[in-house]
Amino acid sequence: MRFTRRAVVAAVGVAALLTATACGSSDNSSSGGSGSKKVEVFTWWADGGEKAGLDGLVAQFGKDCAGQEFVNGAVAGGAGANAKQVLASRLQTNDPPDTFQAHAGAELKDYIKAGQIEDLSADYATWGLKTAFPQGLIDNLTIDGKIYSVPANIHRANVVWTNKKVLATAGITEDPKDLATFIADLDKLKAKGIKTPLAVGKDWTMLMLLESVLITDLGPDKFIGLWNGSTDWKGADVTKGVTDFKTLLSYTNTDRDALDWTDAEKLVMDGKAAYQLMGDWEAADMDAKKFADYGWFTFPGNGQTYQWLADSFVLPKGAKNVDGTKCWLKTVGSADGQKAFNTKKGSIPARTDASPADYPKYQQAAMADWKTFKQVPSCAHGSACSQGFQGAANSALGAFSTKQDIAALQSAMAAAAAQFGK
Amino acid sequence: MRRLRHWGPGLLLLSPSLILLAVFVYGLIAWTTKLSVSDQHDALGSKGFVGLKNYQNLFTNDIQDRFTHSLKNLLIFTVVFLVGTMFFGLLWAFLLERGVRAEGFFRTVYLFPMAVSFVASGVVWRWLMNPVEGDGAGGINGLFAAMHLDFLQNKWWTNPNWGMAAMAMPAIWQLSGYVMALFLAGFRGIPAELKEAAAVDGASTYRLYRNVIFPQLTPVALSALIIIGHMSMKMFDLIMSVSGPQWLTEVPAVYVWQTLLTSDYAKAAAISIVLLVLVALVIVPYLIYTNRAEKNS
Repeated sequence: MRFTRRAVVAAVGVAALLTATACGSSDNSSSGGSGSKKVEVFTWWADGGEKAGLDGLVAQFGKDCAGQEFVNGAVAGGAGANAKQVLASRLQTNDPPDTFQAHAGAELKDYIKAGQIEDLSADYATWGLKTAFPQGLIDNLTIDGKIYSVPANIHRANVVWTNKKVLATAGITEDPKDLATFIADLDKLKAKGIKTPLAVGKDWTMLMLLESVLITDLGPDKFIGLWNGSTDWKGADVTKGVTDFKTLLSYTNTDRDALDWTDAEKLVMDGKAAYQLMGDWEAADMDAKKFADYGWFTFPGNGQTYQWLADSFVLPKGAKNVDGTKCWLKTVGSADGQKAFNTKKGSIPARTDASPADYPKYQQAAMADWKTFKQVPSCAHGSACSQGFQGAANSALGAFSTKQDIAALQSAMAAAAAQFGK
Repeated sequence: MRRLRHWGPGLLLLSPSLILLAVFVYGLIAWTTKLSVSDQHDALGSKGFVGLKNYQNLFTNDIQDRFTHSLKNLLIFTVVFLVGTMFFGLLWAFLLERGVRAEGFFRTVYLFPMAVSFVASGVVWRWLMNPVEGDGAGGINGLFAAMHLDFLQNKWWTNPNWGMAAMAMPAIWQLSGYVMALFLAGFRGIPAELKEAAAVDGASTYRLYRNVIFPQLTPVALSALIIIGHMSMKMFDLIMSVSGPQWLTEVPAVYVWQTLLTSDYAKAAAISIVLLVLVALVIVPYLIYTNRAEKNS
């Protein structure tokens, strides 16, 4: 008798649990404007300055979009490689997050081609973004007359970060303006016992370095042509660029294939290296790590070139909470949203109406450059290359790291450009 | 009718697993094969049938011979992994078989690494195989420096030619104990009469092992080779956690993953099928052999 009663209690308990889970799942899956108020924002911003920027944006979202709830769908991992893997499988199974982070530019074309994201042109007009963003950026974002993403920020890739203390011990006081001076400085540092004055990490960080050298040796216009097929990768000027790149690699740490960018950054902070070429997220990251003794300069010989990349948010086809997502996108593009995000992440706003006074020292300089410099895209960060092109380029740089074969790198990049460029 | 009654119930009981296998293993193999002869190189879908072109491209037209490079990596990894596990597995089984105190303790110690996942051990070995030499050396290189054995320091998996041999070290560490267990079972399965008979005939210990015991271990050794061999060919998680996906340590399984990420489904499918064929080349003859052996006995 007791057992039967127990069984009844158990059965009721199980039934209650099942009902509860059933309710839970219906909450998650209900679509459209009526039921769900959750906005799942999928990013690869999981720590450091990136996480702080996201938190700032979320706070602004809470103010602007009352009633909507932010759900963090962040996946950690270098330059978003891991997040992209997760995202690809979710898109494939038609289970998109409400919005996801994607690099603006060529990388977005993969999603557009696959019909996975929605046109936002009409919303751009409503939100007043067409006038708030610089015309050059609008041109870059427009694909076949349509705009598919709202950039949250602008980053710069062609910046060299320095350890001021190390430079001072070698007596280097002036930033190098061309490659020859840069190499002379590297030699000076080597003579002072800094064995590997230039810190670099695995494939994609080497790709960034190569790109900067190529901007110097080819000039911005021919550099842009490398990615759309109008500049030949096998040309003599590219050979010179790759040769210079090889020379620079001889000043770098030999364990580069085992390091991510933060590991290379640590070499600079520890004084084992003096320079690292990295995007300007390094400023916020060093600030977050309480390292104040850093300096920066545009990669030697790049002149007035701003190699940009932008994180942007999109509206995926089949997003569960379209209204919530649109409110998120509006916040991302708004003056307050861009300020909340960029002051923390260490990037600059894509909007031209931002006040430099709100920003730290590095960003003020970058904002001034953004308005006047020549813009070129970055392959390693998707503004110049589709994901397939990036994969092939990373592989080619990984091979070059050990083989150091200039002709092989050139023909590999030429083959990749033929296959993926345009 | 009577025959149906004979094998009918058995078939009925087996049918759920047969159906699952048919759909999720053989059905998906067929689907992958179909994909590998199509031209679905992006998320847009297939435009048509291209025959064996994807396979041909892998071997002759891949940028920087990326695929053949991954096969070369896999070959080095597999050879070192197989030799290493067989050597240590046999050695440990032999030592335990000769009789040591606390055999149970040692057996557990050797077998235990198998319980750790490749991902967890991969992360630890990533630190151990820190490629920095000289000042600032860490991991095993740091140990060498502390013992004044600096000449032993090396670049581990970042060595362009033999890095994959270093990559096999964690795998050997993890699976030697398993091979040991297999061999130990093999040793224990040999009837004592055989050893006694050899002793009566005046065989030396060397002769006893060479002519009596080792021949009896051949089936066990073959099983161990097959099991380790097919694990090696599909190796993915260890490499992803030690080096991450990159040119230097790329094997076909990692290449499939990288290719899928760029939505090149046809190419990924072609690599998968090549991998399947490679594994089948090892496993199918073994299955035929064991089938025959069972029938004969």
